[in-house]
Amino acid sequence: MIATTAAPPSERGAAFAAVLQRQGAAVVLVLGVAAAWFAFPRFGSADNLRDLALQSSFLAVIALGMTFVIISGGIDLSVGSVYALGGVLAAYGSRYGLVVAILLPLVVCGLIGFVNGLLIARTKMAPFIVTLASLLFARGLLLALTNEGATTYKVEPGSALLWLGQGKIFGIGVPVYLALVLFGLGGLLLRRTRFGQSVFALGGAEQSALLMGLPVARTKITLYTLSGTLAGFAGVLTAAYLQSGVTVLGVGTELDAISVVVIGGTLLTGGAGTVIGTLVGVLLKTLIQNVINQVGTLDSNYQTVVSGAFLLVVVVIQRLLARSRRS
Amino acid sequence: MSTATLTRPDRARVTSWLQNYGVYLAVVVLLLFNIAFTKNFLSAANFRTQLVQAAPVCIVALGMALVIGTEGIDLSVGSVMSVAAALVPLYLGAGPVMVIVVALIAGVASGLFSGFLVAQLGIQPIIATLALLVGGRGLALVIAHGQLVQLHNPDFLALGTGDVLGVPIMVLVAAVLSVLAGLLVRRTTFGRHLVAVGGNRPAATLAGLPVKRVLIGVYAMSGALAAIAGVLSTARLAASDPNDLGLLMELSAITAVVVGGTPLTGGRVRVLGTVFGALLMQLVHATLIKHNLPDSAAQMVQAAIIVAAVYVARERSTR
Repeated sequence: MIATTAAPPSERGAAFAAVLQRQGAAVVLVLGVAAAWFAFPRFGSADNLRDLALQSSFLAVIALGMTFVIISGGIDLSVGSVYALGGVLAAYGSRYGLVVAILLPLVVCGLIGFVNGLLIARTKMAPFIVTLASLLFARGLLLALTNEGATTYKVEPGSALLWLGQGKIFGIGVPVYLALVLFGLGGLLLRRTRFGQSVFALGGAEQSALLMGLPVARTKITLYTLSGTLAGFAGVLTAAYLQSGVTVLGVGTELDAISVVVIGGTLLTGGAGTVIGTLVGVLLKTLIQNVINQVGTLDSNYQTVVSGAFLLVVVVIQRLLARSRRS
Repeated sequence: MSTATLTRPDRARVTSWLQNYGVYLAVVVLLLFNIAFTKNFLSAANFRTQLVQAAPVCIVALGMALVIGTEGIDLSVGSVMSVAAALVPLYLGAGPVMVIVVALIAGVASGLFSGFLVAQLGIQPIIATLALLVGGRGLALVIAHGQLVQLHNPDFLALGTGDVLGVPIMVLVAAVLSVLAGLLVRRTTFGRHLVAVGGNRPAATLAGLPVKRVLIGVYAMSGALAAIAGVLSTARLAASDPNDLGLLMELSAITAVVVGGTPLTGGRVRVLGTVFGALLMQLVHATLIKHNLPDSAAQMVQAAIIVAAVYVARERSTR
């Protein structure tokens, strides 16, 4: 693992590169919003902006957990399947009341994350492989629950759960508030707690973290549990929003989550990153989708092409900046 | 577990044996189980089906094994397959040979691109190929306008369903490519360089090996093999389906490679193990399906196999 070394204070260019690396996505977001505002009259409408925020909130919740995992130097490929599973469990549980509808998915998804963490921490298997297996496992469990995808569980009409997805406060969707609160808590957890420090230390250099006596195994288990639980919660919100547990959801979502985290300036090598950056990354991704929709004449498939290209550009720039900072 | 009562060297020997031969043992056990307990398993038609279904995964996994040998990973294979599929209807008018040539060009180009990012810019393989995974399928859908196209050209369809001397063409292609991959790893300078680069990249660099060329080479090969698998699968389906073709193929291929005993930490490529890894995954799937266990169970079992295989392989690196 290569941690980015701090630049000597005298090098202004390096400092500039550092700022660009951390804030580049925010600059692009501001420019992008400004350009879209001018180019598309409908873009700046309150309706469109509200939609943008709402659409961002589901991925944001998943990406928050992924941010923690990636800062620790790991990766969680299971979140897409776990997200879909969470949605199905929430819809299924809604017939037994609000508490079950929320707790059932959180417990099951959290448990999958816990097992991920346990395997990764205790057996030293690559996170990539362990979570790959749980990607398959969660998708299999989801299919088993829904009779191979043939049964769709509807959220009970009139269930209080629906408010979580469809409700509005001051005209803005409830998921938006929930995502913001979670990001606030996530930021505090990462910056202001011992756990957060351990996460950074792990990503910087795991051996050193061990030698310093940090609870490496416990931190890893907590991280992956957190990631699974958040993915499950995003599933709950999505089920509430769509009024049913959609089985085909979440294919490739792990990749979306990883790319917004990386776009937000978190280094895939671990040891550095922010939750705000991730939020910016999510907004940027939604912005791109939105703009492509606004253009209208563009094939919607260009969304993924642009997303892929964008991810690549960001990673290449990050890489070049990191290089210029080291030299 | 009986291994717990063994002394430490015994245990190491058991693990080491399992690492080397576990996949072959598993295939044999599963075959015997099916011959004994599965109705209509022991028939030429069934063996044929199993082999044909394992062929595309096997072909893709060969490329993946080479990439993993260099301590890399190629997540883009499924998307490269879908790009190849999307190109098929466009060039089918010019004949099957043209289709294969175009698909190969596209596959090699994708691989060169990933290889360039990994070798020249030093971007982590998982991210370099992730971008192509995301963008590649989009590109395929743009090319195909998101449409599934039925294909009727009999010469082309023969690639998926035809025989040569009683052997399905798909199986033949997979077998030939496996032999070539084995020769590449064992008998060529490139193969030795590949293993050296994966084993210890700084050392390989210091020794003056063409590290970048090796890296770019393996990704190009992985892309080419994925394209071949894409064309063959398209011929077998008799339809170009860029939406679904190759979905989650990266996972199946990685599983086959890992189960086959190639360590994710690079420095070693087990070609025959990879082939048997692909066969094993197919057999597991077939066994569960034939005993009326649903697809979902097959997926969960596959997950357990991945974990078990990596757990066994892990001991080598810690020893």
